[in-house]
Amino acid sequence: MQPAPSLLLFSTLSGAGYGLLFVLALTVLLGIVPPAPLAGLLGLGTALVMITAGLLTSLGHLRRKERAWRAISQWRSSWLSREGVAALLTFLPAGLLALFWVLDGRAPWPLALLTAAGAAATVFCTGMIYQSLPPIPRWHQPTTTPVYLCLALATGSVLAALLAGPWVEPALPAFHLLALLTLPLAWAVKWWGWRSGDAAAPVATIGSATGLAGFGKVRLLEPPHTSSNYLMKEMGFRVARKHAAKLRHIALVLGLAVPWLLILVATWAPSPWFAVLLTALAAAATLTGTLVERWLFFAEAKHTMSLYYGEQAA
Amino acid sequence: MTMLPAAPSPRRLGLVIDLDTCVGCQACVVACKEWNTGGYGAPLADEQAYGAGPSGTWLNRVHGFEAGSGADGRMVHFPKSCLHCENAHCVTVCPTGASFKRASDGIVLVDEDKCIGCGLCAWACPYGARELDGQAGVMKKCTLCVDRIGAADLPESEREPACVRTCPTTARHFGDLADPDSKVSRLVAERGGFDLMAELGYRPTNKYLPPRPGRRSEGRADSELEDASPNGGFLGWLDKVLS
Repeated sequence: MQPAPSLLLFSTLSGAGYGLLFVLALTVLLGIVPPAPLAGLLGLGTALVMITAGLLTSLGHLRRKERAWRAISQWRSSWLSREGVAALLTFLPAGLLALFWVLDGRAPWPLALLTAAGAAATVFCTGMIYQSLPPIPRWHQPTTTPVYLCLALATGSVLAALLAGPWVEPALPAFHLLALLTLPLAWAVKWWGWRSGDAAAPVATIGSATGLAGFGKVRLLEPPHTSSNYLMKEMGFRVARKHAAKLRHIALVLGLAVPWLLILVATWAPSPWFAVLLTALAAAATLTGTLVERWLFFAEAKHTMSLYYGEQAA
Repeated sequence: MTMLPAAPSPRRLGLVIDLDTCVGCQACVVACKEWNTGGYGAPLADEQAYGAGPSGTWLNRVHGFEAGSGADGRMVHFPKSCLHCENAHCVTVCPTGASFKRASDGIVLVDEDKCIGCGLCAWACPYGARELDGQAGVMKKCTLCVDRIGAADLPESEREPACVRTCPTTARHFGDLADPDSKVSRLVAERGGFDLMAELGYRPTNKYLPPRPGRRSEGRADSELEDASPNGGFLGWLDKVLS
């Protein structure tokens, strides 16, 4: 599948934003951290900016942007529509929570609860858009949505440690500890997803796609046209598979190993500003690693349509 | 509305494509493009038609496969367009309600005025039957020529899809696959018509008729050329001289 930059940026940025929103709302709801105004301004502000930027980036994927409003209408059947509805609805409690938190130094529990639920629901819908597609076996497996949820939580935790941490957690580095826990969790689920995707049997073959398996080996002799087309560009992308193993290692190092070690050191850092610097580096690394993971998620995925263009199995 | 019809449609209009008789002439491809570029919805774009990398939107394409090898091998011309599936995920994934399946006859269509060009329906189609138009920015697909098959101003005999009408080898048949007595249903029953990628569970309406069995090489001399010299005469002499 073609890794469209607008989609990679959207799910990475918005995913981290929703993760941050979720972490802040949940920790304040559970009374783990106090609703300190400066932490709220930086944390919730960044989350809402990242979410909005990501959503606007995703509009870049639409060829007829002026009709984007129509996309919230089919929530009864479409995960993409549900994602849009969830994203828009989440702005309500999140915006109100931000106002109370920043201006009044308190976080009413219904708002915090709805914000956390909305953030989780939106990322869940994002994952389900991909997971619900039978023609793309690498996406159509039970780890897809958990990976989206866990990576959003992990990147959000790192951002919470960076943005809200210095203002609320001199005694107990709650966000740092959360990041140290969620990073390995997210990438373990991702690793499992990679492994099960590699091991999965093909869902269809060129023989079943053409119904000619009974005659022996089937191969494409004449493509229907001499040059490329929308289908081949959009769903026949295969450049990355050659470097997939290396890119997975890069994603793991940038997404998990580097930020985990940096955050571990940051919890013991002698100066708070040194800790902020280390956490900032961790955030940059884990967002880059997640972006690499998203790129691979598309580039490695094979669509059954490619069976009509010469692939033997998908 | 992107929910699938609650009950199976009373009629299931679709195509039956005969892989035995198709000669890959591409006439259906051209007829489809010609009719549909001026018919339902936006024209079918051609980009860089005379440039280095021409590309365009086509609702019907003919692929060529080689099946089997050696004396048992055969070339199979394989036309492919939307299969108007019963379980059409392309419809249910649509966020705007642009994609829909008609409750009356099961034809899957796109309301192009509602399409935002997100491309998700093309991802959801296992057959690669939907193409996003490079210029109009909306999703294009086979309509079974809705503007032909129901056109009151056309003679009855012409109310069939352009691809079916033009096929010189009668490899394409159009009809109601819900009616067990229709011509297409009888063809499917007699010839063992099958679904493409049935394992994915999309339950396509269009059916394909398999190439007829039997070796295409039968009657063809595969053996060594015979020796003419023992027969003597002019040919025997020539054979000896040339050997």
